Amino acid sequence: MSQSLISSQDAATPIVIVGHVDHGKSTLIGRLLHDTDNLQEGKVAQIIESSKKRGLKIEWSFLLDSLQIERDQGVTVDSTRIPFLLGGREFVIVDAPGHRQFLRNMITGAADAEAAVLVVDAAEGAREQTRRHAMLLHLIGIRHVIVLLNKVDLLDFDQKKIEAVEQSVSELLGKLDLEAALFVPASARDGDNIAARSDRMPWYKGPTLTEALAQVPSPASRANLPLRLPVQDVYRFNDKRYVAGRIERGRVRVGDTVIIGTQKTPARIASIESWHTAPQVSAVAGQSIAVTLEPDVIPDRGDLLHLPEAPPVEASRIRTRLFWLRQEPLRVGESFKLRLATAEHAVTVTSIDSVLNLEDLTEQPGEEVPAEGFAEITLSAAENVQFDPFVPGTADGRGVLVDRQQRIVGGAPLIEAATIAAGEKVIHPSASTVTLQDRERAKGHRGGVFWLTGLSGAGKSTLARGAEAALFASGLDVTVLDGDTLRSGLCKDLGFSEADRTENVRRAAEVARILRDAGEIVLVALISPLQSDRALARQVIGDGFAEIFVDADLTTCEQRDPKGLYAAARSGKITGFTGIDAPYEAPQSPALHLKTSSGTAESVVKTLAAFVKDATTLSSVTQVRS
Amino acid sequence: MDHLDQLEAQSVFILREAYRKLRPLAMLWSLGKDSNVMVWLAKKAFLGRVPFPVMHVDTGKKFPEMYAFRDEYAKKWDLELLLGTCPPVEEMDPSLPPAARSAARKTAGLAAMIEKHQLQGVIAGIRRDEQGTRAKERVFSPRGASHKWDIRNQPPEFWDQYATPHEEGMHIRVHPLLSWREIDIWRYIEREGIPLVDLYFAKDGKRYRSLGDQDITNPVESNAATVAEVIAELETTRTSERAGRAMDHESEDAFERLRVAGYL
Ligand SMILES: Nc1nc2c(ncn2[C@@H]2O[C@H](COP(=O)(O)OP(=O)(O)O)[C@@H](O)[C@H]2O)c(=O)[nH]1
Ligand SMILES: [Mg+2]
Repeated sequence: MSQSLISSQDAATPIVIVGHVDHGKSTLIGRLLHDTDNLQEGKVAQIIESSKKRGLKIEWSFLLDSLQIERDQGVTVDSTRIPFLLGGREFVIVDAPGHRQFLRNMITGAADAEAAVLVVDAAEGAREQTRRHAMLLHLIGIRHVIVLLNKVDLLDFDQKKIEAVEQSVSELLGKLDLEAALFVPASARDGDNIAARSDRMPWYKGPTLTEALAQVPSPASRANLPLRLPVQDVYRFNDKRYVAGRIERGRVRVGDTVIIGTQKTPARIASIESWHTAPQVSAVAGQSIAVTLEPDVIPDRGDLLHLPEAPPVEASRIRTRLFWLRQEPLRVGESFKLRLATAEHAVTVTSIDSVLNLEDLTEQPGEEVPAEGFAEITLSAAENVQFDPFVPGTADGRGVLVDRQQRIVGGAPLIEAATIAAGEKVIHPSASTVTLQDRERAKGHRGGVFWLTGLSGAGKSTLARGAEAALFASGLDVTVLDGDTLRSGLCKDLGFSEADRTENVRRAAEVARILRDAGEIVLVALISPLQSDRALARQVIGDGFAEIFVDADLTTCEQRDPKGLYAAARSGKITGFTGIDAPYEAPQSPALHLKTSSGTAESVVKTLAAFVKDATTLSSVTQVRS
Repeated sequence: MDHLDQLEAQSVFILREAYRKLRPLAMLWSLGKDSNVMVWLAKKAFLGRVPFPVMHVDTGKKFPEMYAFRDEYAKKWDLELLLGTCPPVEEMDPSLPPAARSAARKTAGLAAMIEKHQLQGVIAGIRRDEQGTRAKERVFSPRGASHKWDIRNQPPEFWDQYATPHEEGMHIRVHPLLSWREIDIWRYIEREGIPLVDLYFAKDGKRYRSLGDQDITNPVESNAATVAEVIAELETTRTSERAGRAMDHESEDAFERLRVAGYL
């Protein structure tokens, strides 16, 4: 077969290749490109050479794994897209890495795919990442899934064994409401049933992979749905105002009356403006356009233009599915920006309604969503949000959650407006318009929480106060939250039971977080003896939490006994005293370990102050921007 | 909408996002075919104007035709042109192979421009189909204060939601042509009638398929003397576009090292 590399003038169909690491995704793609004559000249020779250099025969995966780390470690680190031509139809093949920590790269590649090839090692069966990827395919609404049962050479092409694997994968997908369009038994390495029918599996009568790809349906047109035009920007050029945006659904015509956003102002489309095109009187989904409005109202970015008779859903509480991309778990009460097309809304997670257990694929209520986990949650916004529930095949209702550092931490295909359950605590925290960057710029340093833990008498307060003075003198905005200070006020209702100690830690952490969010450097001096309590503090505070171990042995502390507490504990006057009749769990890997049994306090204060200063310094290029 | 319409609409969307979110913003104009298409797309996005400066980071070693083209079209297209220079090759990492070392000058020149103009956004015309490491790029690719590309730690990018700068000193490389292929560029040039420097068209059986510095770019054998002939040629060719770029071939990792350090 010989064909030109480039032909069709239609849009390419994106196909994502997913599956557990080492199940053969990269090999499959290399083989596919080669067997369908889609490789550029010299590529094969290059691959052979790179393979030889690493002592390998011929590693097809090197075609896509172009980065040095990928070749050296034999794994795909980031997704790639390569155009691919099959019988005149154009595809884009997206290779997504199968490593767990690389889910965010997979979603980057997979999000806009029309169809997916789920590669399953037939000898090994479905694995953790098989389930995770299948779930993600379900969540982002990819409904055409081709399962490639790979490496069937390892099963000697045995029909019974292969059908048993097919059965188990099919059951797994069923639990995720996902139905495979096809199962193709194949050997990617050898090319069986990839572009050519295998003569080692005469019993198999179904399509080869290339035949299966040719059957992938083209995307349905969104032009006949009700109009949704999210405002991207508003320009004023030469005294004329233009409203710019991309039509997500439907069509717009000059003369149409549209409703603008939640303020519901009506306006008429006076013209559709463009440069170097024929004059336009209408435009459809997918087009990036600029219109003028009559009257000349000024919408905001994010406002949704729609026709009066077909408005979107409007609610301030929204139920949504979620795939969580942050390494730390998500907890109720956390606040984010919900980006929805061009709109941005401040939202708070008010409940975690269910979390998917990836082992048995059941959904259970949960307290938190683990890293790279899947869940259903409820979000509350400070204002009304206009949206359309997410439906596979459309671009509507696909939100992302963005944290204070502007990082995308989750994907949220919206389900519906949430109702308020009886007795539910409804909170709508408002979000600040002063950004973290604004604060850092004003203060000249970052905020942060430095959590000093250690036995009573180890020197936490002394060091914290010493460092506070030194840092303040060098111009930093710093404050100390001391255990004893807290207990005399904010926490005066608390005793020393384990539950009360935990609550004491939680309050200290919440206050520290508020101060840190205001841009301050907070030194917390709190015995906080339990590992689990400090983990809680870390969770409450999130970024910029540093655990500092103030380490003096018990004998030294007892000798110092500045407050006479050890003596009181030994004589039984007080109980539950850390180190005597309550445990102290030393940090496993503190950010800083200060030994205070010997040496002078001054030198340790210096170490601490230097550490804090270093951790809160802004990067070297920190000039004020316009 | 046909394929070119879709690519155009997507690029316009990206350029408008960049203009909205990243200020100060500038576009790299290397005077080649891709960056001319990019300037053209900006004019589409902003109704006939380019509302931010275009930058030419000049290695001083471009073809004379390219300088003439620059001066002519900067005027015709009413561009605010910023010129930058590059440090001498002796100041570049001596462990790089010669052509890559020469190309590294441009990285240094670009870094200086970003610093000087305190840019938050730099629009660059790279495409996924050009080279393996470019295939791994994001549309909005964040660069830290050192301008390094952190390949192992790229942010998620999906549903047209792009990264925004979150730290002082960082900037975003914006890549509106990432999904375009070489043939798309040419078909768009043909459809829109976008002007190009003559070096792309065959003279005496040779033409340039990709234009870099004069000393490290080689012409290819070709008789394609018009845009239509170039398209016809590309429809059957099997060699890669950057075959004439010396630095891509010196060693397996030369180009990746350049890019990690901040090259385009
Ligand atoms: N026996 C056998 N091995 C294969 C087959 N396909 C891939 N492999 C091997 O499986 C390993 C992992 O392949 P790779 O493509 O890197 O997997 P990825 O992590 O899913 O991209 C490599 O050593 C391949 O050579 C196959 O069909 N049969
Ligand atoms: Mg791989």
